[in-house]
Amino acid sequence: MPAQLGSCAGIALCAHLPTEPAPSPHPRTLTSVTTDLLPALTAHATATAHARRGDRTHPGTGPCRCPAEPLVTGEDDTTVVRHATTVAKAHAPGTGPAHLALRVATAAALPGILLPPLSPAPVVLHGRLVTHWPYGVPVDPDDPDAAPWESAATLLARLHRTPPPLPVPPMRGPGKAAHAVARLRTAAPRHPATTPVLDAWAALPAWARGEAPTPDTATLCHGDFHLGQLIRHPAAGDSWLLIDVDDLGTGVPAWDLARPAAWYACGLLAPDEWHRFLTAYRAAGGPAVPSDGDPWATLDVPARALTAQTAARAVTKAAAAGRPLDEVERSLVDACARMGSVRASSPGP
Amino acid sequence: MQCPKCRAPMHTYNRNGVQIEQCSGCRGIFLDYGELESLTRLESQWSQPAPPAAPPVAPPAAPQAYPAAPQAPAWGAPHGGHYGHRRNKGFGHMLFSS
Repeated sequence: MPAQLGSCAGIALCAHLPTEPAPSPHPRTLTSVTTDLLPALTAHATATAHARRGDRTHPGTGPCRCPAEPLVTGEDDTTVVRHATTVAKAHAPGTGPAHLALRVATAAALPGILLPPLSPAPVVLHGRLVTHWPYGVPVDPDDPDAAPWESAATLLARLHRTPPPLPVPPMRGPGKAAHAVARLRTAAPRHPATTPVLDAWAALPAWARGEAPTPDTATLCHGDFHLGQLIRHPAAGDSWLLIDVDDLGTGVPAWDLARPAAWYACGLLAPDEWHRFLTAYRAAGGPAVPSDGDPWATLDVPARALTAQTAARAVTKAAAAGRPLDEVERSLVDACARMGSVRASSPGP
Repeated sequence: MQCPKCRAPMHTYNRNGVQIEQCSGCRGIFLDYGELESLTRLESQWSQPAPPAAPPVAPPAAPQAYPAAPQAPAWGAPHGGHYGHRRNKGFGHMLFSS
């Protein structure tokens, strides 16, 4: 069964959890989550689902026979449970309550762009911040050809054009990339692919490495866009919406385009799909790239950063599993190696 | 296998059933005996479906084989790369992860 989720790597796998358990990069943490938080979160999601009035699929009376579906995500310990049409998300340990509240309230304020939460304020459960969301249908991970590139680009353009309705903190994209690179540095210091990735990373401007303030403090960004961050929901007329506000905030909007840009640059995403995405973004008046001409003047630095981040995650995983890099992973590392011969053209400081 | 030009490691790819070696450094491509012929044959099959209408007066413009690709950065994969990866499980997963 497909499932909505958001957040980070592992989400797509989570959709198949009942039949094909996703390997967790943090088995120890997963155990603690499973024995402690998960039952509580499941009960909480069930209670929330039952309390929802007007949910015709799930009347609040009588015994409930629909299964709660645990969707445990990896990487940062975000844990998500779905019960009928209600999703309860326990955010990563250490998530700041004030910042999360602002991000969730921003989602509530932009209903045509971001999936609105069921309740505006996070609650605390077993020491974790928990938010509640309506369930929506995601892009089918088994059918990337059906990816709604135009809708995704239009949503991002609209997000970027919207003045932040609340004083949100900076988006967390660069910080997350820095975290992935730091993990590579400690987990696989002697892997032959580590050096080109670290070199590519070191050549980036400080803001892109999360080591200096963002040069854009006015533009609202998603902060972690990929195809797992889109769902379709009846309340929105079955149109697509962005989910997962954990990294949302102000920043350089090209960051939100940079993952598809990086996939295209690395020869992974077909020119046609990249073209559709970029053209739709421009048609919707998105400010991240010039309206015509070379988009790479602004895409270059974020696309390098996300290539390095993705390569870092890939090498870390391959090293942990003791397996060689596959063709896709090699193309990311090769791109990092080529970056050394072409200087980054940076907007901002 | 090392690139005869720049000594960087070469990677093997399968393109339409033809094994080619590409250098990870200079992106040069190494073809074994008969592989150029195989690729040329595939290319002519690719551009052939053009309608057998009036014989062209001028030599046909570069056919569909090399459509104008969107701009890419200088560090990008040459010629826009190879897109067989969309069916690749690894890339499929990457599309959906942070």
